[in-house]
Amino acid sequence: MTLVASRPAVTTRPRTHRLRPGARIRFGFLVGPFLLLALWAAASASGLLDPRFLSAPWTVIGTAAELIESGRLQENLLASVQRVALGLAIGVPLGTLLALVSGMSRWGEAVIDGPIQIKRAVPSLALMPLLILWLGIGEVMKVTVIAVGVLVPIYIHTHNGLRTIDSRYVELAETVGLRRGTFIRKVVLPGALPGFLLGMRFAVTTAWLFLVVAELINSTTGIGYMMDLARTYGQTEVILVGIVLYGLLGLFSDAAVRLVERRALSWRRTLAS
Amino acid sequence: MATDVGELIRVQALTRRYGSRTILDRLDLEIAPGEFVALLGQSGSGKSTLLRAMAGLDGDVAGDGSVEVPGQVSVVFQDARLLPWQRVLDNVVLGLDGAAERGRESLSEVGLAGRERAWPNELSGGEQQRVALARSLVREPRLLLADEPFGALDALTRLKMHALLRRLVEQHRPAVLLVTHDVDEAIALADRVLVLDHGRIAAEQRLDAGRDTTEIRAALLRALGVTGE
Repeated sequence: MTLVASRPAVTTRPRTHRLRPGARIRFGFLVGPFLLLALWAAASASGLLDPRFLSAPWTVIGTAAELIESGRLQENLLASVQRVALGLAIGVPLGTLLALVSGMSRWGEAVIDGPIQIKRAVPSLALMPLLILWLGIGEVMKVTVIAVGVLVPIYIHTHNGLRTIDSRYVELAETVGLRRGTFIRKVVLPGALPGFLLGMRFAVTTAWLFLVVAELINSTTGIGYMMDLARTYGQTEVILVGIVLYGLLGLFSDAAVRLVERRALSWRRTLAS
Repeated sequence: MATDVGELIRVQALTRRYGSRTILDRLDLEIAPGEFVALLGQSGSGKSTLLRAMAGLDGDVAGDGSVEVPGQVSVVFQDARLLPWQRVLDNVVLGLDGAAERGRESLSEVGLAGRERAWPNELSGGEQQRVALARSLVREPRLLLADEPFGALDALTRLKMHALLRRLVEQHRPAVLLVTHDVDEAIALADRVLVLDHGRIAAEQRLDAGRDTTEIRAALLRALGVTGE
């Protein structure tokens, strides 16, 4: 029998941050999606998943390749991306502006906040019939749906960020005699930036969401149109290409916003850093 | 309410009320140009209320009386109150156009040359308070209002800050009103020490050269209601 070495009386404490989430994982945001993909592939390969119900990943990839070869994918993707970009380009500044006016003056809040909260409470789909009646079924309606949709999270989170700026900073701004413009630039906007960026994360995913809704209605271009057409022909693989595409677009736009967030908020020392 | 009359600092019949409680009661105070006045008082004696009134930060508080202060007043708070999203130098020159060079000089005056690009969060508490001092002094104030500026610092850092403040005040010659609850701090720094009690000035001690500070200290402690020393 061997002697068991006795534990040293003094143990060195591991130099870890026990209550922190730990070191950053490279491309960590891809881990979950890849696991999901692996599960799907395994189910298809083992025959557990009926291809008429859900095509296998490789069928989807093959279909995607064919769609790219024929140019249909790029054409529809471009149409969709344009709509989202335009919707964000209109909705984000508008939401920020409304949040600024509402956050910095009581009258602004009295006028603006109510309608936005009502808009938030009404399901956006319920507004579609009205928007179609007003704007028709063309591009203007589609971009409007997206713009109005992204306006809400931008407004809510920027407004919240603004209202939670420490009043001590406002007092400081008064003692050093900041003018209103400088106050907005140096205190209000940077102070509301964390809120705005959170709103931005919701906004980019919301934009893709509303895009689908808009494109399913009488479109002749776009990923939604491509999927709706595939539905009439029962092509699950094309529908899946669309779903995966939407997912990837949402994922990458969110990752892009988070990248901006890390750069822009480098002054913060938080749980995640 | 606060009017600009050059160098003179004069508070007359200042009354401030929170609800039915009178915090400042017809208080009179004059501070000569370049004079360093320390204001002692128990919690709730109205020290901060007076300082805030002189800084013009109490627009929402009821009361009357007059406050005459110079045009350029700087305030140092108990917390350094640096904007966390602005780098150190930008905090110093906040609201001043084209003052980067002066800001740098001011930072080197407080011993923080080379830290211009740091974020406030990267500095220690004492360093942050030094940035706050630089931010105040770069504006060349004629009156410096300091509300327990060293209250949150450890004893050793506090002593270093006393020396720094004394040196800076000698160079820039602003009048100073330092609110503190530390009798020794008041004696170490001020030309004149006031004790505030129930909204009025209850005692006053001048620290002329050659006076015995132990005697002054005892008198101040008595005025503060601390006995047995």
